[in-house]
Amino acid sequence: MSDSKKLAIIATKGSLDWAYPPFILSTTAAALGYETRIFFTFYGLQLLRRKLNLQVTPLGNPGMPMPMAMDKWFPVLGTALPGMQAVMSGMMKQKMRAKGIASVEELRDLALEAEVVMIACQMTVDLFDFQQSDLIDGIEYGGAATFFEFAGESDICLFI
Amino acid sequence: MAEFDQELDASGLNCPLPILRTKKALTALQSGQVLRVIATDPGSVKDFDAFAKQTGNELLESSEDGGTYYFRIRKN
Repeated sequence: MSDSKKLAIIATKGSLDWAYPPFILSTTAAALGYETRIFFTFYGLQLLRRKLNLQVTPLGNPGMPMPMAMDKWFPVLGTALPGMQAVMSGMMKQKMRAKGIASVEELRDLALEAEVVMIACQMTVDLFDFQQSDLIDGIEYGGAATFFEFAGESDICLFI
Repeated sequence: MAEFDQELDASGLNCPLPILRTKKALTALQSGQVLRVIATDPGSVKDFDAFAKQTGNELLESSEDGGTYYFRIRKN
Protein backbone atom coordinates (compact mmCIF):
# COMPACT_ATOMS: atom_id res chain seq x y z
CA MET A 1 0.00 0.00 0.00
CA SER A 2 1.34 3.41 -0.88
CA ASP A 3 1.28 6.06 1.82
CA SER A 4 0.07 8.86 -0.46
CA LYS A 5 -3.26 10.52 0.25
CA LYS A 6 -6.28 9.28 -1.64
CA LEU A 7 -9.20 11.06 -3.27
CA ALA A 8 -12.37 9.30 -4.41
CA ILE A 9 -14.94 11.10 -6.55
CA ILE A 10 -18.34 10.03 -7.85
CA ALA A 11 -19.23 12.03 -10.99
CA THR A 12 -22.97 11.91 -11.67
CA LYS A 13 -23.65 14.92 -13.87
CA GLY A 14 -23.23 15.30 -17.60
CA SER A 15 -23.48 19.02 -18.32
CA LEU A 16 -20.67 21.37 -19.32
CA ASP A 17 -20.64 23.26 -16.02
CA TRP A 18 -20.73 20.12 -13.90
CA ALA A 19 -17.98 18.49 -15.95
CA TYR A 20 -15.44 20.84 -14.43
CA PRO A 21 -15.40 19.98 -10.71
CA PRO A 22 -14.40 16.30 -11.09
CA PHE A 23 -11.66 17.06 -13.62
CA ILE A 24 -10.30 20.20 -11.92
CA LEU A 25 -10.18 18.53 -8.53
CA SER A 26 -8.75 15.23 -9.76
CA THR A 27 -5.97 16.81 -11.85
CA THR A 28 -5.03 19.15 -9.02
CA ALA A 29 -5.10 16.35 -6.47
CA ALA A 30 -2.84 14.30 -8.73
CA ALA A 31 -0.43 17.26 -8.96
CA LEU A 32 -0.39 17.38 -5.15
CA GLY A 33 0.49 13.71 -4.98
CA TYR A 34 -2.93 12.22 -4.29
CA GLU A 35 -3.85 8.85 -5.67
CA THR A 36 -7.12 9.71 -7.38
CA ARG A 37 -10.02 7.74 -8.78
CA ILE A 38 -13.30 8.87 -10.29
CA PHE A 39 -16.37 6.67 -10.56
CA PHE A 40 -18.62 7.88 -13.40
CA THR A 41 -22.25 6.93 -13.11
CA PHE A 42 -25.56 7.92 -14.72
CA TYR A 43 -25.18 11.24 -16.61
CA GLY A 44 -21.56 11.41 -15.51
CA LEU A 45 -20.86 8.81 -18.20
CA GLN A 46 -21.23 11.62 -20.76
CA LEU A 47 -17.87 12.90 -19.53
CA LEU A 48 -16.19 9.74 -20.77
CA ARG A 49 -17.52 9.88 -24.32
CA ARG A 50 -14.85 9.96 -27.02
CA LYS A 51 -16.46 12.98 -28.59
CA LEU A 52 -17.82 15.35 -25.99
CA ASN A 53 -20.85 17.49 -26.73
CA LEU A 54 -21.46 18.99 -23.30
CA GLN A 55 -24.00 21.75 -22.89
CA VAL A 56 -25.19 24.20 -20.27
CA THR A 57 -28.79 25.22 -19.85
CA PRO A 58 -30.26 28.27 -18.14
CA LEU A 59 -33.51 26.33 -17.71
CA GLY A 60 -34.34 25.79 -14.07
CA ASN A 61 -31.07 27.44 -13.11
CA PRO A 62 -31.66 30.93 -11.72
CA GLY A 63 -28.01 31.09 -10.65
CA MET A 64 -26.65 31.09 -14.19
CA PRO A 65 -25.44 34.54 -15.22
CA MET A 66 -26.88 35.43 -18.62
CA PRO A 67 -24.84 37.31 -21.21
CA MET A 68 -25.87 40.85 -22.08
CA ALA A 69 -28.26 40.91 -19.09
CA MET A 70 -30.64 38.73 -21.10
CA ASP A 71 -32.40 37.68 -17.93
CA LYS A 72 -33.58 41.27 -17.47
CA TRP A 73 -35.55 41.49 -20.71
CA PHE A 74 -35.83 37.94 -21.96
CA PRO A 75 -38.83 35.92 -20.76
CA VAL A 76 -37.93 32.72 -18.95
CA LEU A 77 -39.85 30.76 -21.56
CA GLY A 78 -37.50 32.12 -24.20
CA THR A 79 -34.69 30.02 -22.79
CA ALA A 80 -36.74 26.96 -23.75
CA LEU A 81 -36.71 27.91 -27.45
CA PRO A 82 -35.16 25.34 -29.76
CA GLY A 83 -31.50 26.08 -30.28
CA MET A 84 -31.23 28.27 -27.18
CA GLN A 85 -29.24 25.66 -25.25
CA ALA A 86 -26.70 25.32 -28.06
CA VAL A 87 -26.35 29.10 -28.25
CA MET A 88 -25.83 29.41 -24.49
CA SER A 89 -23.34 26.54 -24.51
CA GLY A 90 -21.39 28.13 -27.34
CA MET A 91 -21.28 31.45 -25.49
CA MET A 92 -20.11 29.76 -22.31
CA LYS A 93 -17.31 27.90 -24.12
CA GLN A 94 -16.21 31.10 -25.84
CA LYS A 95 -16.12 32.95 -22.53
CA MET A 96 -14.12 30.15 -20.93
CA ARG A 97 -11.55 30.24 -23.72
CA ALA A 98 -11.27 34.01 -23.37
CA LYS A 99 -10.60 33.65 -19.63
CA GLY A 100 -7.85 31.05 -20.08
CA ILE A 101 -9.95 28.23 -18.65
CA ALA A 102 -9.04 24.80 -19.93
CA SER A 103 -11.54 22.87 -22.03
CA VAL A 104 -13.06 19.74 -20.51
CA GLU A 105 -11.22 17.68 -23.16
CA GLU A 106 -7.90 19.22 -22.13
CA LEU A 107 -8.51 18.60 -18.42
CA ARG A 108 -9.59 15.03 -19.12
CA ASP A 109 -6.40 14.40 -21.09
CA LEU A 110 -4.36 15.88 -18.25
CA ALA A 111 -6.18 13.64 -15.78
CA LEU A 112 -5.39 10.54 -17.83
CA GLU A 113 -1.79 11.66 -18.19
CA ALA A 114 -1.59 12.13 -14.40
CA GLU A 115 -2.81 8.55 -13.96
CA VAL A 116 -6.15 9.47 -12.48
CA VAL A 117 -8.07 6.19 -12.58
CA MET A 118 -11.46 6.52 -14.25
CA ILE A 119 -14.12 3.89 -13.75
CA ALA A 120 -17.33 3.72 -15.76
CA CYS A 121 -20.33 2.31 -13.92
CA GLN A 122 -21.11 -0.92 -15.78
CA MET A 123 -24.78 -0.82 -14.79
CA THR A 124 -25.38 2.62 -16.34
CA VAL A 125 -23.27 1.69 -19.38
CA ASP A 126 -25.79 -1.11 -19.94
CA LEU A 127 -28.78 1.06 -19.03
CA PHE A 128 -27.95 3.71 -21.62
CA ASP A 129 -26.86 1.15 -24.22
CA PHE A 130 -23.34 2.56 -24.41
CA GLN A 131 -20.73 0.47 -26.17
CA GLN A 132 -17.19 0.43 -24.82
CA SER A 133 -16.23 1.92 -28.19
CA ASP A 134 -18.35 5.01 -27.37
CA LEU A 135 -16.12 5.78 -24.42
CA ILE A 136 -12.45 6.76 -24.27
CA ASP A 137 -9.69 4.16 -23.94
CA GLY A 138 -7.76 3.67 -20.75
CA ILE A 139 -10.74 3.50 -18.40
CA GLU A 140 -12.00 0.68 -16.22
CA TYR A 141 -15.49 -0.74 -15.81
CA GLY A 142 -16.96 -1.71 -12.47
CA GLY A 143 -19.79 -1.49 -10.00
CA ALA A 144 -20.57 -0.14 -6.56
CA ALA A 145 -18.31 -2.64 -4.83
CA THR A 146 -15.41 -1.45 -7.01
CA PHE A 147 -16.08 2.08 -5.84
CA PHE A 148 -16.04 1.12 -2.16
CA GLU A 149 -12.80 -0.77 -2.61
CA PHE A 150 -10.94 2.52 -2.99
CA ALA A 151 -13.45 4.95 -1.43
CA GLY A 152 -13.19 3.08 1.86
CA GLU A 153 -9.50 3.89 2.00
CA SER A 154 -9.76 7.45 0.75
CA ASP A 155 -8.90 10.57 2.73
CA ILE A 156 -11.40 12.65 0.77
CA CYS A 157 -14.57 11.37 -0.85
CA LEU A 158 -16.79 13.60 -3.00
CA PHE A 159 -20.16 13.10 -4.65
CA ILE A 160 -20.48 15.48 -7.59
CA MET B 1 24.47 32.33 -11.61
CA ALA B 2 20.85 32.80 -12.57
CA GLU B 3 18.23 32.78 -9.83
CA PHE B 4 16.44 29.96 -11.55
CA ASP B 5 17.16 27.00 -13.81
CA GLN B 6 13.99 27.04 -15.85
CA GLU B 7 11.10 29.39 -16.51
CA LEU B 8 7.44 28.64 -17.09
CA ASP B 9 5.12 31.28 -18.48
CA ALA B 10 1.58 30.54 -17.30
CA SER B 11 0.27 34.02 -18.18
CA GLY B 12 -3.38 34.08 -19.23
CA LEU B 13 -4.06 30.62 -17.83
CA ASN B 14 -6.71 30.08 -15.19
CA CYS B 15 -7.07 27.58 -12.35
CA PRO B 16 -5.94 24.80 -12.25
CA LEU B 17 -3.65 25.10 -15.30
CA PRO B 18 -0.79 27.10 -13.70
CA ILE B 19 -0.42 24.45 -10.98
CA LEU B 20 -0.71 21.54 -13.43
CA ARG B 21 1.92 23.04 -15.76
CA THR B 22 4.16 23.75 -12.78
CA LYS B 23 3.90 20.19 -11.55
CA LYS B 24 4.83 18.94 -15.03
CA ALA B 25 7.77 21.34 -15.34
CA LEU B 26 9.10 20.33 -11.90
CA THR B 27 9.03 16.67 -12.90
CA ALA B 28 11.63 17.41 -15.57
CA LEU B 29 13.95 19.17 -13.11
CA GLN B 30 16.59 17.71 -10.81
CA SER B 31 16.27 17.93 -7.05
CA GLY B 32 17.53 21.34 -5.87
CA GLN B 33 16.89 23.07 -9.19
CA VAL B 34 14.69 26.15 -9.24
CA LEU B 35 11.67 26.83 -11.44
CA ARG B 36 10.39 30.34 -12.00
CA VAL B 37 6.71 30.68 -12.86
CA ILE B 38 5.00 33.75 -14.28
CA ALA B 39 1.22 33.89 -13.85
CA THR B 40 -1.63 36.36 -14.14
CA ASP B 41 -4.27 34.44 -12.17
CA PRO B 42 -4.72 36.26 -8.82
CA GLY B 43 -5.79 32.95 -7.26
CA SER B 44 -2.34 31.55 -7.95
CA VAL B 45 -0.83 33.38 -4.96
CA LYS B 46 -2.65 31.21 -2.43
CA ASP B 47 -2.48 28.18 -4.72
CA PHE B 48 1.30 28.20 -5.10
CA ASP B 49 1.67 28.55 -1.35
CA ALA B 50 -0.65 25.57 -0.85
CA PHE B 51 1.07 23.58 -3.62
CA ALA B 52 4.49 24.10 -2.03
CA LYS B 53 3.26 23.17 1.45
CA GLN B 54 1.62 19.97 0.26
CA THR B 55 4.32 18.76 -2.11
CA GLY B 56 7.35 19.70 -0.01
CA ASN B 57 8.84 21.84 -2.77
CA GLU B 58 10.13 25.10 -1.34
CA LEU B 59 8.52 28.38 -2.39
CA LEU B 60 11.48 30.76 -2.53
CA GLU B 61 9.62 33.74 -3.91
CA SER B 62 6.06 34.92 -4.34
CA SER B 63 5.75 38.46 -5.62
CA GLU B 64 3.50 40.67 -7.71
CA ASP B 65 4.25 43.44 -10.13
CA GLY B 66 1.40 45.23 -11.89
CA GLY B 67 -0.98 42.27 -12.02
CA THR B 68 1.71 39.73 -12.90
CA TYR B 69 2.75 37.19 -10.31
CA TYR B 70 6.20 35.65 -9.98
CA PHE B 71 7.01 32.47 -8.12
CA ARG B 72 10.27 30.63 -7.63
CA ILE B 73 10.08 27.04 -6.47
CA ARG B 74 12.96 24.78 -5.54
CA LYS B 75 12.36 21.15 -6.29
CA ASN B 76 12.75 18.90 -3.26
